[in-house]
Amino acid sequence: MKATMLLEDGTRLEGQAFGAEGTVLGEVVFNTGMTGYQEILTDPSYAGQVVTMTYPLVGNYGINGKDMESDRVQVSGFVVKELARVPSHWECTETLDQYLKRNNILGMDGVDTRMLTKRIRNKGTMNCILTTEPLEERHRKMLEAYSFPKDIVARVSARETRTYGPPDAPWAVGLVDLGLKRGILEQLLAHSCRVVVFPHDVQAREIEEAALDALLFSNGPGDPKDARNAIALAGAFLGKMPVWGICLGHQIIALALGADTYKLKFGHRGSNHPVIDMETGNVFISSQNHGYAVDGASVEALAATGGPLEGLRVTHWNVNDETVEGLSCPALGMRCVQFHPEEGPGPHDAHHIFSHWVGSLGRR
Amino acid sequence: MPIDPSIKKVLVIGSGPIIIGQAAEFDYAGTQACKSLREEGLEVVLVNSNPATIMTDDNIADRVYIQPLTVEALRYIIDKERPEGLLPTLGGQTGLNMAVELNEAGILEEFNVRLLGTSLEAIKQAEDRDSFRQLMMEIGEPIPLSEIVNSIQEGMAAAERIGYPIIVRPAYTLGGLGGGIAKDRESLEEILHAGLMHSRINQVLLEQSVAGWKEIEYEVMRDKNDTAIIICNMENLDPVGVHTGDSIVVAPSQTLSDEEYHMLRTSSLKIIKALKIEGGCNVQLALNPSSREYIVIEVNPRVSRSSALASKAAGYPIAKIAAKIAVGLCLHEIPNAVTKRTKASFEPALDYVVTKIPKWPFDKFDYANRTLGTQMKATGEVMAIDRTFESSLLKAVISLEGKETGLRKANLEEKTREEMLDMLQIVDDQRIFTLAESLRKGISVEEIHGITRIDPWFLEKINNIVEVEHRLAAEPLSGELLNKAERMGFTDVEIEALSENSNEIVDTIRRAHGMYPVYKMVDTCAAEFESQTPYYYSTFETEEENVISKREKIIVIGSGPIRIGQGIEFDYCSVHAVWAIQELGIESIIINNNPETVSTDFDISDKLYFEPLFIEDVFNVIRKEMPKGVIVQFGGQTAINLAPKLVSRGVQVLGTSVDSIDVAEDRKRFERLLRELGIPQPKGYAVTSIQEAVDAADEIGYPVLVRPSYVIGGRGMMVVHSEQELVGYVEEAAALSDEYPILVDEYINGTEVEVDAIADRESILVPGIMEHIERTGVHSGDSFTVYPPQTISEKTVETVLDYTEKIAKALQVIGLMNIQFVVRDEQVYIIEVNPRASRTVPILSKVTRVPMVKIAMQVILGDRLADLEYGTGLLPSTNLVAVKAPVFSFVKLVDVDAALTPEMKSTGEVLGVDSCYEKAMLKAFQGAGYSFREEGKVLFALDNRGKEEGAAHARHLAERGFEILATPGTATYLGLKGIPCRTVPKDNLTQLQEMMKKREIVLLVNSPTRGKDPTRFGFKLRNLAEQLKVPSFTCFDTLAAYCMAMETHQKREPMDYEPIATYL
Repeated sequence: MKATMLLEDGTRLEGQAFGAEGTVLGEVVFNTGMTGYQEILTDPSYAGQVVTMTYPLVGNYGINGKDMESDRVQVSGFVVKELARVPSHWECTETLDQYLKRNNILGMDGVDTRMLTKRIRNKGTMNCILTTEPLEERHRKMLEAYSFPKDIVARVSARETRTYGPPDAPWAVGLVDLGLKRGILEQLLAHSCRVVVFPHDVQAREIEEAALDALLFSNGPGDPKDARNAIALAGAFLGKMPVWGICLGHQIIALALGADTYKLKFGHRGSNHPVIDMETGNVFISSQNHGYAVDGASVEALAATGGPLEGLRVTHWNVNDETVEGLSCPALGMRCVQFHPEEGPGPHDAHHIFSHWVGSLGRR
Repeated sequence: MPIDPSIKKVLVIGSGPIIIGQAAEFDYAGTQACKSLREEGLEVVLVNSNPATIMTDDNIADRVYIQPLTVEALRYIIDKERPEGLLPTLGGQTGLNMAVELNEAGILEEFNVRLLGTSLEAIKQAEDRDSFRQLMMEIGEPIPLSEIVNSIQEGMAAAERIGYPIIVRPAYTLGGLGGGIAKDRESLEEILHAGLMHSRINQVLLEQSVAGWKEIEYEVMRDKNDTAIIICNMENLDPVGVHTGDSIVVAPSQTLSDEEYHMLRTSSLKIIKALKIEGGCNVQLALNPSSREYIVIEVNPRVSRSSALASKAAGYPIAKIAAKIAVGLCLHEIPNAVTKRTKASFEPALDYVVTKIPKWPFDKFDYANRTLGTQMKATGEVMAIDRTFESSLLKAVISLEGKETGLRKANLEEKTREEMLDMLQIVDDQRIFTLAESLRKGISVEEIHGITRIDPWFLEKINNIVEVEHRLAAEPLSGELLNKAERMGFTDVEIEALSENSNEIVDTIRRAHGMYPVYKMVDTCAAEFESQTPYYYSTFETEEENVISKREKIIVIGSGPIRIGQGIEFDYCSVHAVWAIQELGIESIIINNNPETVSTDFDISDKLYFEPLFIEDVFNVIRKEMPKGVIVQFGGQTAINLAPKLVSRGVQVLGTSVDSIDVAEDRKRFERLLRELGIPQPKGYAVTSIQEAVDAADEIGYPVLVRPSYVIGGRGMMVVHSEQELVGYVEEAAALSDEYPILVDEYINGTEVEVDAIADRESILVPGIMEHIERTGVHSGDSFTVYPPQTISEKTVETVLDYTEKIAKALQVIGLMNIQFVVRDEQVYIIEVNPRASRTVPILSKVTRVPMVKIAMQVILGDRLADLEYGTGLLPSTNLVAVKAPVFSFVKLVDVDAALTPEMKSTGEVLGVDSCYEKAMLKAFQGAGYSFREEGKVLFALDNRGKEEGAAHARHLAERGFEILATPGTATYLGLKGIPCRTVPKDNLTQLQEMMKKREIVLLVNSPTRGKDPTRFGFKLRNLAEQLKVPSFTCFDTLAAYCMAMETHQKREPMDYEPIATYL
């Protein structure tokens, strides 16, 4: 079956459909990772997005029962150059095609994904429509009328509070689920934390009552400025207890402090982003997935205001484009990073971030 | 961190001659390193014995020494140059070993030279099996069960503990030399023997076999700041068991999940950090295909063949960056040369599939054992890029320049299913065709996987190709089917053959559907950032990225993979052609497929197309670029072979016309030409039957030279002395036919002289003439050669020049040409004319300081020689004497006859340069790795024809105090001549082996009776000597030269090791 993709700028791409049939709308983004499609498909930060992989051969090792970052496929659509119809891997339980069918997600292959990537690079992230129906005027209209949902976090966040890890763990960390990747939870558990995962709209009181050592704002999809609850929540706890953030969580903390965020032209999505740690001068490779970034100048301006924000500083920068990759404010016990130290997919280089954070809590 | 201000001058050691396991990749690495260091404002001094390299060009380093890589020579150069730093990790194992020796000899300390980059401690820790294993255990990285042994006895005992099959890996060798997999006690003993012998420190690792696991490699870089990154990972299509240099390799890995990819990545980073490597490093790992279990196989703490491949595959110049790290820069301070926007501290993202296939020398040595194992046999490799695996693979297959234009191989098609099942058990050079044929014969992917352990993913992809083959054969050719075939990488000739359609029909369908490839860029970042790099590959996709300039442009056809007979010298010529074109203000474009070379470095030409040198692919580029013309004369026989096909498609071939090339290659036309010009040539006939051959030989008189027509590097050429031998040769020769006759030529026993000339139709420029040390009968590529000639009369030189000029004019040669003459009794005969650049162009360019390729380019573009700087005629020679010595890789090709014949066997060469002939000769021998002994036993084993001449040498050596040993027949003869000698029996090879091992026998002189017969005593003896590095000679002229060098050596006169200019 044929599939067609229409971009906001009028670009029309045709290919073969795989996975489910139908029509979806979303924001089209590319990921440069050469492996990790299963983790990407299930990463809630991709909610509302149609993802294309720059690596041409996708599905080679099929789908296994364990490399999921959440309990469902999160992307709206998946566009590749060539789908592996016969995967090969000892852990493979189904093909990518079967998996997307089962999860009712549209896929398309046979696409010049390098061309698509360059379009996105040159014009910025765009909305698109992906359909297995013959493309008609109504599809164009649907695309014109489409805007990225402002409540995207609510759609992917947990509905209720759940606690993970042994009750007698040395530390207890609250984790505000704004679209949480399983990897973050697993890393915290691996660092001997008991983790209380809260839904995005949790009340401050509930967190206070949980007797936590730190509060971590998770990754998630969309514009951080749309996540008003979370910003307010972060504001309420900054200075009261150690507050951490990853990806969207990092942006939310920055906004709560009074700094600004902005939309990147086409974002950072891949497993090869170099980040320099300003403390050590070391560069490591990180896994990234974000379309927005914290404005470095706004952070500096804030730091200049003095008071508890005096020590606010950028701890990590992106070596490629010098965007902000991490912040800390010792006086507030705040640390956050833009990249994904939990990886999944991607390099394990930044696992140390968790050790540092948890290590900073001291013995209970 | 800025570069260390205390370092101002850096010594770079090259890798010496090309041998199997150490090829053009180190010219690429060394050239990049030198350029990179000079970019940082450092003065660079380069030493390398290999004159065919680009790195030994004057414009690459501040001072270039073409001198032997010996401790003595290096000490001299270090003393004179007083460099502050030495860069040891870019000259392969040779450069590394040299640095270790200099350090052990205390020379580095004496002259206060610092080793830059990775420390010797780190190198030792990585290369010494014991300390490496210790380190792996400390950092918790898994290693196979193994034991280190220093003797056969220890080895046999250890094997009982580890179990069979067991892998033998000698310490400190290159290309897995002397290693292997032993199935039982018997084979272990044999392999251990060779392994211990080849190890520099007599140490061998015995290791649990993980044959059948996935073999994965990571190319890693680290700086002193402890930043470490992966440049590229690679997966071997062949599972563990085949040397990675002999494996088909893809990049990036295809069958690893993200978890596995990063598990092995993390392991590689952990290792490079633990070793504290500053620069590049290669980590090889084996991954259990059905669990997370993995082991670390080995680490190369230096730039390697794999790093050249990774550099080309990822667009990330590893050697260049490694050099900068060595002088103190950090990865995040070095700009990414491709994007110019990002830094070197990021990991390339590929958006294509790269396939590498080794090029093996078995087409030349059809009698050699073609099976592949842990000892590398390939001389070179090809690489192909595309957006599907199938196409990437097929392009690579086509790049091998074999007869195959797809995955079908004629000799396999006849086989039955059962025969294919047997063939699947064998890992050899035709494995990829065997896989496809097995699928065609209905053997399932599971079955093949079961036998070969090759991952089903790869087999499924090959099956996709086979399925399209079926469709092409079974269905009418539609636009859809043609499109499918093209996207999968099928060549037109393959499509035509399978679908039984003419080229016209295929072309009509193609035109109707506008089915042409587009070109995409290799940009290190999968299009994430804008890049300017002019590095392209073709693909059947939607968007064209290729920016065609409006400038005038010339395309240079490269020379493809390194093979015996067509080596790095043609890459030298191609690169120089590119530079000359640029200097003339014209856009230069190169097409080539060899990832090891300088020519495929993306900053050499204005534009690089990484494509098969197959007419269809080349023509597609030409159709896009519309160049002023195409240059074929610098790319060896590969490019020349394309010339007629290009002309028939209306392409302008610049320089000598294709018709002239044909005259030189077509025997009949060439004969007629020489007759008309009144130039003598050896009598000869082309024969198509045994009777014709016998008649021809009778007419000419024995001995005669026989060979198949149209060959590179004298493949299958032989001197036969009797009718019996002749009939034997003709009977063995494959498929005698009218199309491929056998040539029977008069064998003129004389001196060979070689001329490289530049011609412009009016006159010629001959920078220099070279004389062969060996008499006729030894291939020019395998002879010692001296410039200027030492024994040729002035009259002969005049005749040679006269003939050269006559031929150049008659053939209307424009550009380079090479002529080989044989001189007997002042009579000059022409053996061969090559209207193209030859193997000796780099040497002559360097020793005469005439930029031959550049002048050739100027002439090709219309300049007259008479108007150019160097004028016309033969240029006078100077005080300089240069001796070229061939270097062989027999240790890797154990069943190839080491005897010198008209068939070329050498893989590389070195140059000895001095103002004294004897010293130049000594340097050539030293550079080629020969040792000299002042006493000991010399073993003579002579055939009947060689007895008389051999006896004279025996007498001479006996007089010099050597003890002469001789095989029974030879001993009787020597006895009759009154030469004292001891008889050694022919049936006790082990005793002779022991004597060679103990360095009691210091020299072997053997004139072969037959050759090429591995069952014969002489064959075994010669190859034993090669394996044990005992100087061994099968031609008395080489022996005489060696004796001259030995005597010079014994005089102990002070030697100097200076740049070429000093000796002029």
